[in-house]
Amino acid sequence: MHKFKRQFLSGPYIIWIIGFILLPILMIFYYGITDSAGSFTLKNIIAIAEPVHLKSLLLSLKLALLCTVICLILSYPLAMILNSLHLKHQSFVVFIFVLPMWMNFMLRILAWQLLLSNNGIFNTLLETMGLPKLQLLNTPSAVVFGMVYDFLPFMILPIYNAMDRIGSDIIDAARDLGASQLQIFMKIIFPLTVSGVLSGIIMVFVPALTSFVISNLLGGGKVLLIGNVIEQEFMQNMNWNMGSGLSIVLMVFVIASMAFMNGHNKEGEGTAVW
Amino acid sequence: MEKEFIHLSHISKSYDNTLVLDDLDLKIRENEFLTLLGPSGCGKTTTLRLLGGFETPDAGQIFFDGSDITSLPPNERKLNTVFQKYALFPHMSIAENIAFGLKISKKSKAYINDKIKYALKLVNLNGYENRSIDSLSGGQQQRIAIARAIVNEPKVLLLDEPLGALDLKLRQDMQYELIRLKEELGITFVYVTHDQEEALTMSDTIVVMNQGYIQQIGTPEDIYNEPCNAFVADFIGDSNIIDGIMLEDKLVKILGVKIPCVDTGFGKKQPVDVVIRPEDVELSDPANGFMEGDVVSIIFKGVHYEIEVHANGYDWLVHTTKMFPVGTHVGISVIPFNIQIMNKPESSDEKAVDVNA
Repeated sequence: MHKFKRQFLSGPYIIWIIGFILLPILMIFYYGITDSAGSFTLKNIIAIAEPVHLKSLLLSLKLALLCTVICLILSYPLAMILNSLHLKHQSFVVFIFVLPMWMNFMLRILAWQLLLSNNGIFNTLLETMGLPKLQLLNTPSAVVFGMVYDFLPFMILPIYNAMDRIGSDIIDAARDLGASQLQIFMKIIFPLTVSGVLSGIIMVFVPALTSFVISNLLGGGKVLLIGNVIEQEFMQNMNWNMGSGLSIVLMVFVIASMAFMNGHNKEGEGTAVW
Repeated sequence: MEKEFIHLSHISKSYDNTLVLDDLDLKIRENEFLTLLGPSGCGKTTTLRLLGGFETPDAGQIFFDGSDITSLPPNERKLNTVFQKYALFPHMSIAENIAFGLKISKKSKAYINDKIKYALKLVNLNGYENRSIDSLSGGQQQRIAIARAIVNEPKVLLLDEPLGALDLKLRQDMQYELIRLKEELGITFVYVTHDQEEALTMSDTIVVMNQGYIQQIGTPEDIYNEPCNAFVADFIGDSNIIDGIMLEDKLVKILGVKIPCVDTGFGKKQPVDVVIRPEDVELSDPANGFMEGDVVSIIFKGVHYEIEVHANGYDWLVHTTKMFPVGTHVGISVIPFNIQIMNKPESSDEKAVDVNA
């Protein structure tokens, strides 16, 4: 009776997992390997080899990689600066960085759409300075910019957390044993933050790879990512089979990149995503 | 003994307008086991961090083997530190931890391997090279921290409450280990602790500190038997500290009773503090003591009984191996040699404090 009761308590979660995670994935798999008549086929998956699909997949990988690298370059020094601040300032600055995450992300991207547009604040500024206007919106750069803007906190926080866990006595011990600032960084700080860096990479790379809203709003249909292609298959062409087939391919890339990162993460203390 | 090796000269240090050390002057000789002893906040850890180079003094200079090292960073000082919480590098194996300093100073592989073996043997952890830090107990981690420090052959080893996180039995074992290590290595140990028993057991010299001032420097025997003020007397072991009046040389009046002592030179009718160690108080028949009182409580402590005797308005703390049931009417006596006379405190840092460290 007691055992039954306990199992009963986990009921809602099991329903959640089945209804909202397992079932949709199974449906994607079903649609992905069947045609519109319901018979088995692999053509939806092989469709990734079509030049237009392949091009957007490669572009997605390229932009996601670029976004991840930029986030990493920005975040690591930032996390170090943050960590060196006085404790009471630290939590305030962390709060500042997390604050935008509480706002709807679509809203934030829409704001950037206005700011970057031909009559937006940047171009107006250029105009008043007598400089020629720039095409900012609807370029791959705008898309990468939007991704970096959106995903930067996901890179900063795990790195900052990893850095925060390094006790000051560990640093003191390294100095005491003769290490210079550079040696402390190379032998102590960096190795101990690798796990944070790896989770940051996953948390930025995966959403950047699969995003389609940012490229829709800041790319203006000119920057076609694999996410946009899948969205079009579902929403415009109503070809659920093709959309699902391409989703499976994208999922393979996501899982592969996570597995790759996980394989390199020996520490994995808490900052790992899975 | 050996020559003066380290000299902390007129050091002052404050944090956020709080004075931690005030004009501290301390000389440390070569090959001595010197302990900085005091309650938390007395400045002992700050003194050690100044020696290690982790802090710079606001005023004063630090001399090491004749040269001024006041502004030298820690990585250029020829001393190593053992930290309270071990501070081992969690991403390295034990061998890598021990080799850290040697690799920095670019020693050969063969030399490093020899050193690791030697250091592990010295701290009784043979064959632990490839174990991970997590697999060690607290005591073992502290031994590795010691090994990591001594492989660099420092001339001085700084130890910041290294046994503070260990349990009592282990702490006692490690005290003997540290004495043995000190003898085998033949280097100077500067040890920080708030544990008076640790200080008495291991040290050649004890420096008792309070509120940023040195209260007394001396051998463990000196500090225990001849405390120079009420703070030292109270901090080192239990004491009966009683207000008294020095009537003349070798005669003091406490609690309305005149008793002979051995101290001279305090002048006549001078108010003083009288310190009597609980083990020096003798209980006997009421007629044989200089004071009569009643046993208020008795606690069995293993080696001795801890007895409280109420006499002439004062609760005497007595350690004795004899049993006196509660309510017994007893006489109190102390031989003159065991009565310590001290001047009244001139400042707050010299007063007896209630320390539960």
